Amino acid sequence: MKKNIILFLILNAFFAFAQTPKVTDGKGIYTQYCLACHQEDGTGVPNLNPPLRKSDWVNGDRNRLIKVILEGLDEEIEVNGESYNRVMAAHSFLTDKQVADVLTYIRSNFGNSSDAIKEEEVKVLRNKKP
Amino acid sequence: MKKIILPLSLAFGWFLLTSASVEKNVNDDPKNTKIRPDNDNGGIKLASGFGAVVVAEATGKARHIKVLPNGTIYIKNSNAKDEKGITVLKDTNSDGKADETEYFGNFGGTGIDIYNGYLYASSNSEVFRYKLDANGNVIDKKNPETVITGLPDLKQHESKPFTFDESGHIYVTIGAPSNVCQEKDRQKGSPGMMPCPLLEKNGGIWQFDADKLKQKQENGIRFATGIRNAVALDWDTNSKTLYALQHGRDMLFQHYPEMFSAEKGAELPAEEFLLIKKNDDFGWPYSYYDQDKKQMMLGPEYGGDGKKTYAKAKKPIMAFPGHWAPNDVLFYHGNQFPAKYKNGAFICFHGSWNRAPLNQAGYFVAFVPFKNGLPSGPYEVFAEDFAGGPEIKSPGDAKARPMGLAEGSDGTLYITDSVKGKVWRVMYNK
Repeated sequence: MKKNIILFLILNAFFAFAQTPKVTDGKGIYTQYCLACHQEDGTGVPNLNPPLRKSDWVNGDRNRLIKVILEGLDEEIEVNGESYNRVMAAHSFLTDKQVADVLTYIRSNFGNSSDAIKEEEVKVLRNKKP
Repeated sequence: MKKIILPLSLAFGWFLLTSASVEKNVNDDPKNTKIRPDNDNGGIKLASGFGAVVVAEATGKARHIKVLPNGTIYIKNSNAKDEKGITVLKDTNSDGKADETEYFGNFGGTGIDIYNGYLYASSNSEVFRYKLDANGNVIDKKNPETVITGLPDLKQHESKPFTFDESGHIYVTIGAPSNVCQEKDRQKGSPGMMPCPLLEKNGGIWQFDADKLKQKQENGIRFATGIRNAVALDWDTNSKTLYALQHGRDMLFQHYPEMFSAEKGAELPAEEFLLIKKNDDFGWPYSYYDQDKKQMMLGPEYGGDGKKTYAKAKKPIMAFPGHWAPNDVLFYHGNQFPAKYKNGAFICFHGSWNRAPLNQAGYFVAFVPFKNGLPSGPYEVFAEDFAGGPEIKSPGDAKARPMGLAEGSDGTLYITDSVKGKVWRVMYNK
């Protein structure tokens, strides 16, 4: 009986790990909402969607980056010498924590090594919105 | 005497042949000239019996292409940096390789064609034309005439490709600056607008007078509507009909994961091959075409659930898997290729970016046989391996992406690439 319980626990843990990333972590949010345009490796789509890899928009001004998620972006920008002018949709339906998680994921992947974005920073900016 | 005449006439005949081949221009039948395919066909894989020579390696961010009867090549570039909006290529020694390259034009864009002694080229908001001299050279590179002006350039599906019919009209695609006309474009949960106000001035093909200058959008007529974006369009002189291919909508899986799996979202909706008559409506943004069900479906932003159909739109004549991005179509009328190709359509698929998490796909040129103005068989892969590998995860990995098509007067087929501007010329090796 004891053996069965242990086996059950081990199996449970195994299945929990084996599950695909949930939308609750940064990578999961990225996969569901960002990957289509910015691609699995963050390289974007030439002439359409800017890369996240080594982009100043990702690794530079934190507030500007958070605002892109909350409010979207509707202006021509230049990233790594190429200009992009497609509209990025607002993703304000994500929670503060989800925004922080996905930005932290972006800032620490694709060749980026910037520090984490905190939930509190997102909250402050969201509340500032008119 | 006879003994002398025969060698003499042979010699004279040989002289005629060789002098002819010296004079032969690049546009002549390659089997009579020095033009031979490159050993590796310029890195692409072709249908059996075909070969390709690389005309130029890197002309810029190439879009559409036109080849004059004398072999001069004009290519429209999306980027006009350093006044390089249009590329001119010439092959003066007739070996198939361009040996003269020239640039002009201070506007980026997509469309380029020849009509009535003029070179027409489009930016994302205007159509210009340049008068050509007897040798097919642009007379005044600095001062083109403006044929159409003030077309909407709204940051999405903004290119203005065009084609001509045989009765004095130019047809210009004015794509929809939107995915499916949501109140907030591409925003999950934002409702579709009903009716879609964008359709008044976008999301269709407009017809203008090919010869009048300074026309505005309201001087043209909306020839067909409900077309999200048709970068590929061609007037087929054989069936005397306008054809185009639509880029289908995005985000079925991303916005409606409860209705569409990632795999379904990669395959749906179809890229549609359209036969266009005046006043046709192809259903954007309210519907999309499901190639498995062979039905126009009601879009989920407009109450659809992946099962409800939509009756008010004209169906395509052929459907391709989703997101392949058909960016040029050419009805082949030449004789250099085997007979089955005559009057059929070559389609340039630029390749997808929106099939993740599946691999990207569609970086190739297809051929569709035609009979009586309709496809007479399934599509075939004509030219592939542009991207440089069987599995493309992200479009940025593609070495080359096929973008534009042109037929030389000898019946060889030219293909441009949008990444570096490589140009191939494909011939049949008899």
